[in-house]
Order: sequence, then C-alpha cells, then structure tokens
Amino acid sequence: MTAAQPLPDPATSPDAPVPALPEAPKREALYFALRNPKLLIGLGIVLAFLVTGILGPFFLSPDPNARIAPPGLPPSGEYWFGTTQFGQDIFTQFVYGIRATFLVGILGGVVAAVIGMAIGFVAGYKGGWVDEILNMITNVVLVLPTLAVLFILVAYMDSRGVMMQSFFIGLTSWPWAARAIRSQALSLSSRDFVDLARLSGVRTWKIIVRDIAPNMSSYLFMTLILLFGGAVLAAAGLDFVGLGPTDGTSLGLMMHQAVKWGALQLGVWWWFVPPGLGITAIVGSLYVMNVGLDEVFNPRLREM
Amino acid sequence: MLKFDRVSKVYRVGSFGGDELTAVRDADFEVRPGEVVSLIGESGSGKSTLGKMALRIASVSRGAITCDGTDISTLRGNRRLKEYYRRVQGVFQDPFSSYNPIFKADRVFAVIRSEYHRGVSDAEWREKVRSALDVVRLDPAQVLGKYPHQLSGGQLQRLLIARALLLDIDYLVADEVISMLDASTRIDVLNLLADLKARGMGILFITHDLALGNYISDQTVILHKGSIVERGGTEKVFGDPLHPYTRKLLASVPQFHKKWEEVEAELRARELADTGSRDYHLSTAQEVPGDLVEASEDHFVQPFVPGVRA
Repeated sequence: MTAAQPLPDPATSPDAPVPALPEAPKREALYFALRNPKLLIGLGIVLAFLVTGILGPFFLSPDPNARIAPPGLPPSGEYWFGTTQFGQDIFTQFVYGIRATFLVGILGGVVAAVIGMAIGFVAGYKGGWVDEILNMITNVVLVLPTLAVLFILVAYMDSRGVMMQSFFIGLTSWPWAARAIRSQALSLSSRDFVDLARLSGVRTWKIIVRDIAPNMSSYLFMTLILLFGGAVLAAAGLDFVGLGPTDGTSLGLMMHQAVKWGALQLGVWWWFVPPGLGITAIVGSLYVMNVGLDEVFNPRLREM
Repeated sequence: MLKFDRVSKVYRVGSFGGDELTAVRDADFEVRPGEVVSLIGESGSGKSTLGKMALRIASVSRGAITCDGTDISTLRGNRRLKEYYRRVQGVFQDPFSSYNPIFKADRVFAVIRSEYHRGVSDAEWREKVRSALDVVRLDPAQVLGKYPHQLSGGQLQRLLIARALLLDIDYLVADEVISMLDASTRIDVLNLLADLKARGMGILFITHDLALGNYISDQTVILHKGSIVERGGTEKVFGDPLHPYTRKLLASVPQFHKKWEEVEAELRARELADTGSRDYHLSTAQEVPGDLVEASEDHFVQPFVPGVRA
C-alpha cells in the first residue's frame, strides 16, 4: 500500500514514519491491548469467573441447595468452601451463584444501559424541548422508590425467574445513567468536531455513535459496570425479602442466607466470605479492566 | 452568490423563554464568487453567529440566507443538505477542538470519502488527497497517520482547508481561522486563502483583527452589537470610515509611535471637523434604527446621531 505513494523527501522529513493511508485502527488497538497489564489482569479474572459460572455447574450436583454433607464444616479438601448450617456445599452454591449473578448483572445492566444511553445521548445531543421532555421522564423515574416498585411488580408475577427479575431491575435503574450520559453528551456536542461532522453531512445517529460515544467509551463502560453492580445488589435485595427467583441461588442470596442464619455470630465465616469476595472480585476486576481499556483507546494516555 | 437577506438571530432566554436576546439584527450583505468579505467585529458582536447560520449549524430567526437563489433553511433531508455542504464549507477558530482527539487527524478526509466519494478507488482517492494537500502546501508524509495532538495548529488548520477542497466548494466560511495560530504560520494560511480566492472561491472571512481584514478582503462588513454599522469596499471602509464605531475601531489598532492619548485627540479633532460641534461624543453616539444609507458608491453606513457630551 505504500508503493503507490511518492516517497517523502528524506531531507525534509528525517524521521517521519511512512504514512499508512488505509489505516487499521482496530489492529493498532489490539496491539496496545495485548500490552496493557491492567486490561489483561482484569479481563483474566472476569473471564475466570465467567467460565467457572458457565461450565462449573456441569461438574457439580444438579441442585445447589441439596443437603449433601454434614452441617457447618469448615473448608477442607473434600468440601472446598465448607458447608452451611444445613449441610449444603458452599462451593456448589458459589458456582451456581456466579452464574445467576452474571445473568442478573449482565441482563439488568444491559437493559438499563441501553435505555439510559438512548435517552441520555438523544437528550444531550438534541437539546431544546426534546431534552426537556426526556429530562422530565428521567426525573420522574428517578424519584420513584425503585425497590418498592420492584416489590409490587415482582409480587404480581406468577412465576419468577432470573430473567424476569433482571428485566425489571433494568427497567428501573437507568435514570442516573441517563442523566450522567446526558451531561457528558451535552458538553461534547458543543465541540467543533461535532459541527464539522455535521458539515460533512453525517447523520445524527452516526455522529452520536461514531464521534460522541467513542470519546466517552470508558465512561460508558464504567456506567455499564456500575449498573452491573447495582443490578446484582438490587437482585440481592429482592432475594432477601423472598421475591427472588423461586429456584436456584445467587451470590446475594447466599450472603443473605448467611446473615439470616447467624453466620456472623456463629463464626461461620466461610459462609459469607466467598460470595462477598466473589461480588467484589467481579466488580473490582471489571473496574481495573476499564482503566486498561481507557488507556488502550485514548491515544493521549497511551504514549506518556 | 451567498446572500444574507435581512438576517436576524433571536435567542429565547430567561425562565420559560420569556425574554428575547437579539444576537444579530437585519444583517444584509452578500459574498460573491472570487471575493473575500471580511466580517469584522468585537467579541459578542454576532459575527460567528452569522457564520454558523450560513453553515446551517444555527437556524435563522428572521430573514433568509440564500445560496444562488435557494433559501438554505428550506434544505430538508440529508441528501439536499449534503448537496449544499458540497458547495459551502467552514473552518473554525480552534484547530485543536475541530478534531476528535481520539482519532487520527486524517479521519476528517475519511469521513468526506465515506459521505461523498463512495465509488472512488483507493488509488484515485490517495491522489485526490495528495493534490488537496499540495494546494495547502502540506507534506503528506508529515501529516497523514498522525493524531491531532502530534500536529501543529497551522498544520491542523491547513488540513481542514484541504478537507474543504476535497469537495470542490464554491464558498468557504472561515471563522477566525488565523486567531489561534502563531505569527509565522499566519501569513501562510492567509496567503492560502488569497490563492483560493484567485481560483474563484467566495470567502466569508470572520475576524476581529482589522489588519488581517484589510490585508485580504475586497469587501468589509463592520458589525457592532449584532447590527451592521458600516460596509462597503475595503479601501473605502478603511480609507474613509464614516461611522464613529468604525473610526474608533480603526484608531484602536496599536501603533508603534503613538500613545492612546494622541490617538484620542486626533479622533476628537476629526469629529469636530466633521460635525462642527464640540459636544459631539463617541461613546454616546446614538444609532438610528433603520436601513443603512449609501454614503457613496459601494459604501454603506448606519445612520447615527452624534451623542452629546454629558
């Protein structure tokens, strides 16, 4: 591809790199991604949990709540994470819990992120009366007592599954994301490069997707992570009052079970530490991964 | 011809948009092919607003901007807008904010290609880019494949002009394109604009710098608080300024060997000669609402009543 170009005069450009006209930004991002320890470590931990959650249950007992062991055993070679006061294997529960937690977090987080981004971007970019109306809707949903609404919605459902639960969590948790994204989009859309894109005849949605969103990609990913964490915690809250999924378990449910049956007072630390560490590790490594992604996609952070 | 026909811009301000703020009032002038029109005014005089309206980034509140007879506010739909932008383009003041910082600078070319030149082959496109860069006197090896923060303001600004050239435009709105460049690159960009003019391009040159306006333009429009106070051929407006605001503006260009007190005294003496009254005072001059009057051929001025010294 460089053959067709006239060679630059070496006298005027001593160390200018050969210009690559048909550039390959994706390959370049990959190059920096593979050399970013934060991204690799974060991604590694998240993937490890994800694979455990997806594949683990196939090697364990089909029912995580089955009483298959002596109660209250500390961690040992046979029962890796110990057992509960009811003789349930905590490792089995943990693995199933990761699966449910990822499902709730991803589904609830994505539903909320899609609504929040759509409303935030349109309100911030369009401004004017569109902004006013969308802002009004956002504020109304924001002041709704979310948990109370969820109680009512979920209580009316005949059968409760993890999917339905995540969907409702997503429907109610987007407003702060919409507000945050709106303010970012508002400030970015007043920049000259957005005007220049409009002068190039680029359509509105393309400007939002290609010019505004990439500038706040790490912000958007952060939003997704926080919505993920929020959905996991909201699900734990629902689980706690008995409105969780009627079958199976989740990391939130495990912690609440542990608290409910006095694991703290009895010193059964292996009951609540694994799910707590699990949630912290997943959300924490997503955060580290986000910092890494920011460094990969923002060329200014890359070089210095 | 890019014609501004009594163009006004009114913003609704205050709670529930109850108050009006007029940014531009009845601006009436035109940009002809092969002609540079400088739009000169202080900050907040509405000069950038006029440029944005011509580029359809801001809407026109009253009046109309026409391009060869077509009212540009009637251009609806992406296709017709693109036809307009193929002929009229803009370059903005801040070269660093005109580029999306996370993409390479030559992405502005890629966008033009994907929006306007889809059928063009790679080799053909490279040749097109190379010849556009040639016009703005940039070495492709030095500017292509770089990020905006790796290039200088002058290089970025010339890249934007090259971007406009890829569209074979007839009119260019240059909004303070030189203000943020350092002195050595200024003259390059200025001469580049003169080149483009010689090729038949009409340029709306927005600036607050009188010397630049005088250097490059055929027509000069002086804007004050949203209204045109004086306009006409550059040598007429600069050679024989009639409106007190224009005079003050011209006098306030710093000179090597004169202090401001002397300049002020000269202004006063000239007013005295013109009006025969000692009571005449610049800062209280009242503008008379209404159209500009033709003082001489190709020289229009806003009527005013000399102010009375308090």
